[in-house]
Amino acid sequence: MSKEQILSSDGIPLEQSLKKAERKNKLKAVLLVAPLFLFILIIYVFPIGDMLFRSVDDRMITKMLPKTFDAMEKWDGNDLPDEPVYKGLYEDLTYLKQNKTYGKIIARLNYEKSGFSSLIKKTVRKISKFEEGNYKEQFIKVHKRWSQPEYLVALKNTAPNWSYAKYLKGVDMTFDQDRKIVSVEEDRRIYKILWMRTLNVAFWVTIFCFILAYPISHLLATLPMKYSNLLMICVLLPFWTSLLVRTSSWMVLLQQQGPINDLIVWIGLAADDNRPELMYNVIGTFVAMTQILLPFMVLPLYSVMKTISPSLMRAGKSLGGTPLVSFLKIYFPLTIPGIGAGCLLVFILAIGYYITPALVGGASGSLISNTIAYHMKSSLDWAFASALGTMLLVGVLAIYWIYNKLVGIDNIKLG
Amino acid sequence: MALPNHTPLNYRIWHYTYLTFCGFVFFFLIAPLFVILPLSFNAEQYIHFSAKMLALDPEGFSLRWYEDMIYGTKNPWGLATKNSLFIAFFATIGSTILGTVAALGLSSRHMPYKAAFMALLISPMIVPLIISGTAIFFFMAKVGLAATHTGIILSHIILGTPFVVITVTATLSGFDHSVTRAAASLGSNPVNTFMKITLPLIMPGVISGALFAFVTSFDEVVVVLFLAGLDNTTIPIQMWVGLREQLSPTIMAVATCLIVMSTLILVTAELLRRRSERLRGINR
Repeated sequence: MSKEQILSSDGIPLEQSLKKAERKNKLKAVLLVAPLFLFILIIYVFPIGDMLFRSVDDRMITKMLPKTFDAMEKWDGNDLPDEPVYKGLYEDLTYLKQNKTYGKIIARLNYEKSGFSSLIKKTVRKISKFEEGNYKEQFIKVHKRWSQPEYLVALKNTAPNWSYAKYLKGVDMTFDQDRKIVSVEEDRRIYKILWMRTLNVAFWVTIFCFILAYPISHLLATLPMKYSNLLMICVLLPFWTSLLVRTSSWMVLLQQQGPINDLIVWIGLAADDNRPELMYNVIGTFVAMTQILLPFMVLPLYSVMKTISPSLMRAGKSLGGTPLVSFLKIYFPLTIPGIGAGCLLVFILAIGYYITPALVGGASGSLISNTIAYHMKSSLDWAFASALGTMLLVGVLAIYWIYNKLVGIDNIKLG
Repeated sequence: MALPNHTPLNYRIWHYTYLTFCGFVFFFLIAPLFVILPLSFNAEQYIHFSAKMLALDPEGFSLRWYEDMIYGTKNPWGLATKNSLFIAFFATIGSTILGTVAALGLSSRHMPYKAAFMALLISPMIVPLIISGTAIFFFMAKVGLAATHTGIILSHIILGTPFVVITVTATLSGFDHSVTRAAASLGSNPVNTFMKITLPLIMPGVISGALFAFVTSFDEVVVVLFLAGLDNTTIPIQMWVGLREQLSPTIMAVATCLIVMSTLILVTAELLRRRSERLRGINR
């Protein structure tokens, strides 16, 4: 007997009709999400992709010296190259001189190897007097560095379109003469210190926040609604208040003539003329960031603790557990999801903090974000800023991924 | 939290230590905000509690910094306030509409790859602002929207939508879908159902998301620092500039106004949250 098909009212098999309805619903849901998805894709995700692209993009010089690099392909990079390379360089530099755009390659080449700046400037100045033929000799006559292979090797090294040199710089490494990766000199290693400091501050701020937030979340979760609502304001008001307002209040408190220093002097911990420096160093960054990020720890902890029934602790007690044992064996394990959520959130926010360290951190309390901003706005090394940004982004996305696995992104609690 | 009479001494000590510690933490959270209030009424131009203020002498207090904030010569606060409100208003509208619509899709059980979409749409909240600022700056410069209100509004929409998506999906998680089916069976078309049934029920979530979006835009400084020209200055930018130079009492006056504003927003958000819980039948 063949299987009987169930038909819907309009004569289409039910299975088919259900599938159709399912497809329609799916399409409807996707269409609802689509506008925001496209918006974020175009104005946010693509620009971030563009930033990654900028951090490795090294095509500028390749485009400006095309004939040189063409000729260099046949050169093995050992001795001095032959005439065609110099001829290409002559043609490229002449062209750049006519267009007055050689300034760009000077900066790029000088970054590759110092000494290029004067070399190119001098060559460009004299290039119009060059006679046709035998360019190699004429170049060497203008500047003897053109007879030193290391300069030509450095020039050849800039030929590839893509370069990860900025990433190496971000971890205090560089290429040496033979394109080997080495650490930079001891006294120029600043980025490793910066990364370590950023991780250090983020880690300790997370720990401090946890230590401060755990007891008060417990209190908020166990007090009767009447009182806990009132105390909750202490958590939520800073949460809703402008970051700059909160930072400026810390600047008031921590300044040399500020209330905290007054208190220290009054207690007698320091002399009036020898007030401790509480701001513009890493202490200021720690204190202000802990207070500012504390609500982000309290809210997830509170929402988890709220769901723990008080009868569990009573049960523990009635079974003979001391308060400490019942806490460690019953209460604490139940709050671990909240601890994970809070700590990851605070750590993620702390690692990319910019405003507070910039205002109260000074030089010794500035973090990786501040350095990115410096390279974006002051040194204008956008490629390097992008590389540092990409490295930070990879770290944050890794933690975000863990957060998503452990907590689920839709469980973020806001107020 | 009175303890029973028979509580042993060591538990008593432990309990009061715990309460004292909590009191200290609450103080640590809230006290810094209240340092600003009296200083904004300082009659002197130093950010310091003067002897007259401590003695509560009326002469130690004045409104001159508020006057300076509003009527001061060449002061930037008027333009900054106008810009901030303008940008935050349109950014809030954009975030709220885009975020609410997306949340409706994300809450549907037919949505494919829900977790991945959610993670992507929330990411502007997680990615450090300095990275968002850098990336958005490159983009806006490329399309010619740097130093325009439009560019700043678009980037603030990006930063605000995650909050709307989160609050509205949270509201929708307790949503009883049988009411929309009932409306449909009574002959209502989807748009009508949304406007008359769904929207009023999720309104508290939408408004609290909108409040978040508003505050995010109104407080945002990093992205604006990259994008703003002289005409696009906002309150946070002016505070940032002022704080980098020196602490001035006028900034304390502005900060006080912002604290008052955030208090109002907090109260509104709290009332909405309670109303939402009542509407969704969550009793605590």
